[in-house]
Amino acid sequence: MALAVFFGCTFIAFGPALGLFLLTVARDPLRIIILIAGAFFWLVSLLLSSLIWFIAVKSSDPRDAPLQKGLLIFGVMFSVLLQEAFRFLYYKLLRKAIEGLVALSEDGCSPLSIQQMAYVAGLGFGLMSGAFSMINLLADSLGPGTVGIHGDSQLYFLTSAFMTMVLIFLHTFWGILFFHGCETRHWWEIVAVVLTHLLVSGLTFFNPLYVSSLVPAYLLMVATAAWAYLLSGGSAQNLRRFLLCLRSGTTPQLGS
Amino acid sequence: MITFMNSSDSEEEPCNERTSLMSVESPPVPSYQDGLQAPEVVETQTHRKRYTGSSGSSNDVAHGNSDAELLVQDVRLDNEEEELTLKYGAKHVIMLFVPVTLCMIVVVATIKSVRFYTEKNGQLIYTPFSEDTPSVGQRLLNSVLNTLIMISVIVVMTVFLVILYKYRCYKFIHGWLILSSLMLLFLFTYIYLGEVFKTYNVAMDYPTLFFVIWNFGAVGMICIHWKGPLQLQQAYLIMISALMALVFIKYLPEWSAWVILGAISIYDLMAVLCPKGPLRMLVETAQERNEPIFPALIYSSAVMWTVGMAKPDTASRGLSQQTWDSAEDMRENHESPSHLDSEISETRNPAPSHPTASSLEELEEEERGVKLGLGDFIFYSVLVGKAAATASGDWNTTLACFVAILIGLCLTLLLLAVFKKALPALPISITFGLVFYFSTDNLVRPFMDTLASHQLYI
Repeated sequence: MALAVFFGCTFIAFGPALGLFLLTVARDPLRIIILIAGAFFWLVSLLLSSLIWFIAVKSSDPRDAPLQKGLLIFGVMFSVLLQEAFRFLYYKLLRKAIEGLVALSEDGCSPLSIQQMAYVAGLGFGLMSGAFSMINLLADSLGPGTVGIHGDSQLYFLTSAFMTMVLIFLHTFWGILFFHGCETRHWWEIVAVVLTHLLVSGLTFFNPLYVSSLVPAYLLMVATAAWAYLLSGGSAQNLRRFLLCLRSGTTPQLGS
Repeated sequence: MITFMNSSDSEEEPCNERTSLMSVESPPVPSYQDGLQAPEVVETQTHRKRYTGSSGSSNDVAHGNSDAELLVQDVRLDNEEEELTLKYGAKHVIMLFVPVTLCMIVVVATIKSVRFYTEKNGQLIYTPFSEDTPSVGQRLLNSVLNTLIMISVIVVMTVFLVILYKYRCYKFIHGWLILSSLMLLFLFTYIYLGEVFKTYNVAMDYPTLFFVIWNFGAVGMICIHWKGPLQLQQAYLIMISALMALVFIKYLPEWSAWVILGAISIYDLMAVLCPKGPLRMLVETAQERNEPIFPALIYSSAVMWTVGMAKPDTASRGLSQQTWDSAEDMRENHESPSHLDSEISETRNPAPSHPTASSLEELEEEERGVKLGLGDFIFYSVLVGKAAATASGDWNTTLACFVAILIGLCLTLLLLAVFKKALPALPISITFGLVFYFSTDNLVRPFMDTLASHQLYI
């Protein structure tokens, strides 16, 4: 335990997100605000879903284990649905904000496009979700202890960190997909986001059988990443040009 | 090279330095006079400071309570240039986010590591009722009584400050401020350092300690009250706000702290928005006199503002929006209550127009910053610190309160942009903070704990 685990898990879970934040969000004040507002919306959705779960648990028999398990499953699913509902609400809010920004701007276009806002909003959701999942674990990992001494998995911290990372990424991509679906009225994209979110959360019920929760989650993440990339205007050609460090419009040359 | 932020030399500042602005729009301010008719934008800075005044206790402990009030500045608004509002508004929001975040981080880090600030070692004389009673009703009653006493002392101090300001007792106010910052920079820092050293078991000798504290305090006094590099001054202001917040967190009993936070927000709301509110009267007095503000109790992110040339007509002009939040609450730990007023004022200033029309319109860069009263810092940090101290070791609650406060600040600034008049900074943030504290601690925590124990993810 202690510092090695703490720093390792912190950087696994939040390293990529921190990189994304520093490189793309930190420079622009408007994006920071959108990020924090996204985090706030996720928080409100969590609050409401916790309230429902809490009421359900308090009004049921605490000794009935299957019932509690069922309530937990219900709580998780309801929370996922509520998160997506709040993502939709946030989309509506950002649409209004864009109209305001356009109205106020000099040249009739907003400083931030809805796609950029989708990305930042997704990142905000992801960061808050990851933080809430991970921070207490990280604080505990600083202290003394032995992981899994009672027979649970010894990889608890590590797998939590990886799960957090994949969730942050997934939220970001879901944000892009969701907003694009709302913009272009492609309802199947929205449905896909909701279903994959439910799927990923449902897969975590297989923990500690990590191969059945982490691996599919990562595969889903890669798939959603590709889809989001394509929706944002990417293509195989763009990717090739990026990897070969080419400027757009030039013929491919090595070492350009 | 512009390295100095001369917020202390308010008296010497030129009238059109826009280090802080406030516009009181809705009620037409009768104190507008000459000079405002001229096309040149007149920006006056008035700084009102309110002193909570030293309480009657003439103990050895120095009292320093000062309330810094609003920084009021009247500016002629140019409503045509609203374009840059949001852009500059966002930048100002971030300029406020960063120091508030830093202050909270310092407070939370201290609370989580230094045990001294979570130990119960007595109470302030302003919260005389103890909360050690067995019954819930009695405890609630005691905390409400504590709050009443605290708020009434604050009100008295505020009114006292208004009177002092009205009768131009500047020397008194100035001396008061110096005394309170002396106390903060030396005594509280000494106590803080002592506790940190104890926590980390660091051996320290008195000569070194004296040397360090003397330098820290002396440079702090100079930076805050006179001239100094802007970032150093900001750092010192953040540190003294954090120290003050730690004192509050230590000496306010639990329930009283929450009730006081709620009551302060309500008082702030009333003091700023009611026509006869003391804050409002201070604003108007300051506006009438066009006076610069006393330094040292306002966090400022502004740098020297250079007046740029601009077209004389009121066509599109870059407007800078300045958000001003002024609330000051300095409190000594054994002494007088502090009054906290938060006010956010935001105003747009059209670029001052000079007679010479330049073909290039130079938009003033965002050199002008925002000012926020230290009292806001203190109470935000008290909320987050209390959440960190008492939320059963849960970091989620602290994080939730942090996000809630930032969003409240953002919303307040947005409201300022919409209403363009002085608004209190505390109510929205503190309300969000309180709601999120109680709901996260009681509702979200069991849910997340259950999820974590099964390693479920939502």
